[in-house]
Amino acid sequence: MEKIKELISNKLPNAIIEEGKYLTITATKEDFRTLAEIVRQNDVLCFDYLAHICGVDKDGKLGVVYFLSSSADMSKNIVLHTSTDDREHPELFTVSDLWDTANINEREIYDFFGIRFINHPDMRRFFLSKEWKGFPLRKDYADENPLSLESVEIDDHLSRLTFENNEVIEAEEKVFEDEDYVVNIGPQHPATHGVLHYRVSLDGEIIKKVDPHCGYIHRGIEKLSEGLAYPQILHFTDRLDYLSSHINRHALCMCIEKAGEIEVPLRAEYIRMIMDELTRIASHLLGWSCMCMDMGALTAFIYGMRDREKILDIFEENCGGRLITNYNVIGGVMQDIRQDFQKQVSEYIKYQREKLKEYHAIYTGNVIARGRMEGVGIFSKEQAISFGVTGPAGRASGFHCDIRKVAPYSLYDKVKFNEVLRTEGDTFARYIVRLDEIEESLNIIEQLIDGIPDGDFRNKPKPIIKLPAGEYFQRVETARGEFGVYLVSDGEKTPSRLHFRSPSMTLVSAMDTISRGEKIADFIAIGGSMDYVVPDIDR
Amino acid sequence: MEVKKIDIKGIKYDEFKDNEYLEQYAEELRKNGTNIVVTSLDKIINWGRSNSMWPFTFATSCCGIEFMSVGAARYDFARFGFEVTRNSPRQADVIIVAGTIVNKMAPVLKRLYDQMAEPKYVIAMGSCAISGGPFCNSYHVVKGVNEIIPVDVYIPGCPPKPEALLYGMMQLQRKMKLERFIFNKKR
Repeated sequence: MEKIKELISNKLPNAIIEEGKYLTITATKEDFRTLAEIVRQNDVLCFDYLAHICGVDKDGKLGVVYFLSSSADMSKNIVLHTSTDDREHPELFTVSDLWDTANINEREIYDFFGIRFINHPDMRRFFLSKEWKGFPLRKDYADENPLSLESVEIDDHLSRLTFENNEVIEAEEKVFEDEDYVVNIGPQHPATHGVLHYRVSLDGEIIKKVDPHCGYIHRGIEKLSEGLAYPQILHFTDRLDYLSSHINRHALCMCIEKAGEIEVPLRAEYIRMIMDELTRIASHLLGWSCMCMDMGALTAFIYGMRDREKILDIFEENCGGRLITNYNVIGGVMQDIRQDFQKQVSEYIKYQREKLKEYHAIYTGNVIARGRMEGVGIFSKEQAISFGVTGPAGRASGFHCDIRKVAPYSLYDKVKFNEVLRTEGDTFARYIVRLDEIEESLNIIEQLIDGIPDGDFRNKPKPIIKLPAGEYFQRVETARGEFGVYLVSDGEKTPSRLHFRSPSMTLVSAMDTISRGEKIADFIAIGGSMDYVVPDIDR
Repeated sequence: MEVKKIDIKGIKYDEFKDNEYLEQYAEELRKNGTNIVVTSLDKIINWGRSNSMWPFTFATSCCGIEFMSVGAARYDFARFGFEVTRNSPRQADVIIVAGTIVNKMAPVLKRLYDQMAEPKYVIAMGSCAISGGPFCNSYHVVKGVNEIIPVDVYIPGCPPKPEALLYGMMQLQRKMKLERFIFNKKR
């Protein structure tokens, strides 16, 4: 890290370098592009994984924050800042050619803050419709958009900014050519797992280009959070990625606890981790069943949902909720576990191990299923890193990205488990990684379940929590990949900016690359193997 | 009272809530008297209709997963005749709005509802569909699906339990059984 610092200060003497928990570098708009190139392409430590990229509106300036890791050593992180004073026509330089994941994220920033990125290939709004007035996450935003029930035509025009002779030139282009044959999938389609809209251009039955449209479930959680106190925000996280509700909430609780130096009793940590893993199993079971259902195997769906109910029973008895558990609170968990919790979980582990064999017998070995999954939708490791695809989908491509291993939180450094890695990167690899991870999660729970210590389940903090001013990051591994929380505090009781890094968003952004050249029928199978959750994308 | 004759197998009339609403509804429908012959025919039709309600798979967020659970092994709403979920609005009888409806989705929902064939029913599942729920202060959320389409049954909860959804669908069955199909417009 010292060498990186030297490298940057040699090339960019004006950049402000701060040492804290993370190395933070602030550069001006003009210098930023050089800074990004140094960080991305150097011989010392190449930061090739862009975890967070989000806009902020602070002190009247519109800026962007980048949180980077190196795929070689994910525990090494660096934070980059850049900003512009211009609120009328804010323009910054894109990094979408350095990191593919920036493409879709910069569109999100344009949508929320109105910052336009020069040289970005596709500067359209991502969540909100084209007619939407204003940029909602700016501090001075006033809502003036009435509800309209008129269907709007989808606009194929996109604008592209280029920078020549110190002048920004705007050019118009089209997403699809006039002679392209474009098929709509969604927003109301059972196989998109929610309200996601794909426009797919075809050559015969071969996919030429995929253009995802999001925002059909954009609920504005990040803006809502800015007006609420910390304990009030917690429940939003459950409703982001509702299948890993417990893990999301764990992330935000941990972020606030670390920032506010609130201690969590050991008993609560144990409970949280067991619940996390149970959530992961439930999510993978649902992911497996839905993927099989998309490919025509309804029996698998019934089997998966049947076994998932067993976990939901445990949740319901201990947390109170089935799907949305609302169990984690700042400083611990909401209530203590019931007396027969250990017995229930141990019984479940035994049961699930038996059933896993059944899944393999019923579907994994099926010749037709294998034929549709093997060698289809291949995604290489380099692409996975560049697109920021983590979780089972990333690990199926060989990307060593399990946050539980690379940056352990809670008690994950105390338990033994294997990170399931595959190298094929096809649909089958993504499918099998998910099933193998259920096995690993069962192992983790088994190590913890008998050792739950006695003591408090919650360390009650003061009713009004104020975090010291600063910015905080927290990353966890959900069932879909890295979920991140980025929190900016002014020292008030509400956050000044809260951003969630959504694992599903990167999965959807990669769909174009994965499915080009595949058949349209396999598109559904690839989507099922990615297992994205749409409200997690839209937030 | 005619309403009391509405029969849901195994559950007594008094065990249902909101019976006053149904009684009032029946009174409204019977204002102009009833025809005996047609009434008997109606009963047969309504028996068939209410026991083969086909829901439309329309799920935007969390409630959709609970909707799936109800369709799966343990709760299995096929027992009550909500047999097949349809992916096309043209084949569905009831749309279960499961999840938040946002401004961008509102025209799509309206269009889907318009595409459904009469007689059609709407169930608002979960607090988001009822009023916007936890997101009601947001700039991009519709404050209740009844701003867009008329709702027959509201099921509170975040998300509602599967039992609640089954109960809500049974209430819709009872409402259906009251209706006069022949010589009468639904709304």
